Amino acid sequence: MTYQQKIKDGETLDLSRRSFLAIAGGAGVGLMIGLKVDPAAAANTAQGAIEFNPFVKVSPDGAVTVIVKHLDKGQGVATGLATIVAEEMDADWATIRTEFAPANPNLYANLAFKAQGTGGSTSIANSWDQYRTAAVTARAALVNAAAEAWKVPAGEITVVKGVISHPSGKKGSFGEFAEKAGASKTPPAVSPQTPPFKNPTKYVLIGKEGLHRVDNDSKTDGTAIYTQDLHVPGMLVAVVAHPPKFGAKPKSFDDAEAKKVKGVEQVVQIPTGVAVLAKNTWAAIKGRNALKVEWDDGAAEGRGSDALMAACKDAVSKPGVATATNTGDAEGALRGAAKVIEADYAFPYLAHAAMEPMNAIAEVKDGAVKITTGAQFQSIDLFVASKVAGVPMDKVTIDTVWAGGSFGRRAVPTSDYIAEALTIAKGIDGKAPVKLVWTREDDMKGGYYRPMYAHKVKAAIGADGMPVAWHHRIAGQSIMTGTAMEPLLVKDGVDDTSVEGASNLAYSVPNLKVELTTIKAGVPVLWWRSVGHTHTAHAVETMIDELAFAAGKDPVEYRLALLKDKPRHAGVLKLAAEKAGWKAGEKLEKGRGRGVAVHESFNSFVAQVVDVTIKDDGQVKVDRVVAAVDCGLVVNPDVVRAQVEGGVGFGLGAALRNAVTLKDGVVQEGNFDKYKPLRISDMPHVEVHIVPSQEKPTGIGEPGVPPIAPALANAIFAATGKRVRDLPIGDQKFTSV
Amino acid sequence: MIKLKINGEERELDVDPDTPLLWVIRDELKLTGTKFGCGVAQCGACTVHLDGSPVRACQTPISDVEDSEIRTIEYVVGSSASKEGKAVQAAWRALDVVQCGYCQSGQMMSAVALLTTNKKPSDKDIDTAMNGNVCRCATYQRIRAAIHDAAKRLEA
Ligand code: FES
Ligand code: FES
Repeated sequence: MTYQQKIKDGETLDLSRRSFLAIAGGAGVGLMIGLKVDPAAAANTAQGAIEFNPFVKVSPDGAVTVIVKHLDKGQGVATGLATIVAEEMDADWATIRTEFAPANPNLYANLAFKAQGTGGSTSIANSWDQYRTAAVTARAALVNAAAEAWKVPAGEITVVKGVISHPSGKKGSFGEFAEKAGASKTPPAVSPQTPPFKNPTKYVLIGKEGLHRVDNDSKTDGTAIYTQDLHVPGMLVAVVAHPPKFGAKPKSFDDAEAKKVKGVEQVVQIPTGVAVLAKNTWAAIKGRNALKVEWDDGAAEGRGSDALMAACKDAVSKPGVATATNTGDAEGALRGAAKVIEADYAFPYLAHAAMEPMNAIAEVKDGAVKITTGAQFQSIDLFVASKVAGVPMDKVTIDTVWAGGSFGRRAVPTSDYIAEALTIAKGIDGKAPVKLVWTREDDMKGGYYRPMYAHKVKAAIGADGMPVAWHHRIAGQSIMTGTAMEPLLVKDGVDDTSVEGASNLAYSVPNLKVELTTIKAGVPVLWWRSVGHTHTAHAVETMIDELAFAAGKDPVEYRLALLKDKPRHAGVLKLAAEKAGWKAGEKLEKGRGRGVAVHESFNSFVAQVVDVTIKDDGQVKVDRVVAAVDCGLVVNPDVVRAQVEGGVGFGLGAALRNAVTLKDGVVQEGNFDKYKPLRISDMPHVEVHIVPSQEKPTGIGEPGVPPIAPALANAIFAATGKRVRDLPIGDQKFTSV
Repeated sequence: MIKLKINGEERELDVDPDTPLLWVIRDELKLTGTKFGCGVAQCGACTVHLDGSPVRACQTPISDVEDSEIRTIEYVVGSSASKEGKAVQAAWRALDVVQCGYCQSGQMMSAVALLTTNKKPSDKDIDTAMNGNVCRCATYQRIRAAIHDAAKRLEA
């Protein structure tokens, strides 16, 4: 689909790459948006805190505030960045505070994207040198200020837990020297003058246990503030009637009943529906439910998910339109092979269903715009907001607050929910700040799903049982086509996010071909925690298991034999197998099964061993998951463990029973009664083991997800002899063997 | 006018009697620790205590609760917290249960209610009491561990 958004009837906001780059100042700057930098606005300095650089402030009371350029939606990045700064500054962890950065891509770009945004498990990796630099330069400024005041050489000064001291007995806190030191602002870019980073052997915080999350207290007493919790003076709450089909628009509406609801103030038609504005949320919801809207379905997607899956299946039965990988001659080798295994896979649309449904606050005043939300892709959000409001980008302010989950949903190439809030605020001529609230149903039916995919894999083994050919076809919608990311991620018709995890098959197979056919459909699609790996890992890791069994080999040993030049894959696989008590050839008692999978995503490596029980009613119970991860140097081990535990649960819920289905273009699931989330009674015991590493830190928000579905499927096979190739498992009943 | 007894205070509010308690708490009283997750009693994010029992505020019309003592997370783990409230909060903090945190007020409210009636819940008791509380971040393993930890703190 093309990412266009109607801002007014008859006027289309072109969110294509070309218009984006035109605003961004040309392709030469990548996705960097040229904003005027106003140092005073760079970080809203609170309580007399002194700004050392865009990332670090020190208050007179000695508290160190770390400016967090990434959205923390639960993955713990605020804690991670704070840990890095505290370590390199030798600050006292107890005095560390965090604050989300304002939208300002010049200062706060994700260095992996050259745009301000959070995703792809890049947060710690791209910030690692930047935040360390910010911290060591801030520390040096404090030490120099103390040295000058005490008239001693800076080299004789030591810093421990925020206390600066000299062997002469002189002592002072960060706070005492903050003002003086902060005056000599140092740009946090690595230069020859940058003091050296701390030797990792001296770390007292990074990689250590016992540090609590920075949001631990506020999220356990009800005081953490999310978009949903904000009450701006004079604000109206907007709830929108959206069309039942994607691409439909309102034709006419009758708001007589809606306006009778006490508290309803105004009803406005917008291109994405009809918005009811009220003094409170309940009135807005009631008003919306009382609206009668007629929709124009002319341009809408009218197909159901069965028809869309049939289109994907048809595509993989034919040669792919594009080729992602082609080494050797897979088709030729398959023709002459001793044994060929062919398998088909089907993956449904998936909703992110973050716990906090989408929402945003928009204020339009005096030619300026202010957005407050859990903003995840500020560069795009700034661009979209400026287009929607018709104001220059330096008139757009975006304040970021804690987000109640995202799993990718809050980073949208169209900034759909922000654009909608702003369109409504504009629609009432800026007369009040508008809090747009989506109900759970709006969120579930609002699109931007993990795309539906079909795969077909033909693989062959030779006389020695080892794979000789792998021919993999994938078909589904493209996430990137039509977005600002297209030039970076779509090459020769291959959207890398459709094939990642398959096109770069880790196992050494001499003849490999991966083909892709991109299906066009009007259902909005988006990255969903671990993106393409959500489906490619399932096909690859269950197929390699099939090959191991066909070869009569142990699944762990078979994988290891094919991972000889992949030490980090092999490392996590061995560790998970060892900790799980994996024994080659072992058959668990009847009704139980053990399966394994290993997968690299976002430069991190995760292996999981899953134990299942087939219950008397034939349903699957997941008992235990043993995971091993290698994500380079670990900043916060407990956050890494938490992300893998959560990733396992998130992926498991989807594998067991999640699917968004459409009937004649209408989404059938609206709430958690039909889109059934994993619940505590489903949660297995999860053990996470970390491979010690001095490699640069890589991501951990997503890599825990991909291995769980295939490891589960392989465990079910071990218990029942039945392969699970289509997801979700749903109500399937299994018989133990 | 509707009269409410909430968090130890009496409040009089001009709201429609069919308004769910959730929206009165959040929008009128600005007690935003109680969250909106689903609106249909499927997720538990809005859990509050009604005379000590956990209920889903999103499905509780305000007119039904005029005679009850309503308590929200702000009270239950606040300065007047019961020993169960204190133990649950301490356990949650010790184990760094939270991720996005959005479900956690509801989780803690259900956990406090469980521990108030069952001093030493088994895993099965926990599953039964907590199954109505969804956590999309899937912090369930730590929730279970934290409830056991809180039970231990209560013993001590
Ligand atoms: S909001 Fe009440 S149970 Fe979900
Ligand atoms: S902590 Fe995010 S939903 Fe529970």
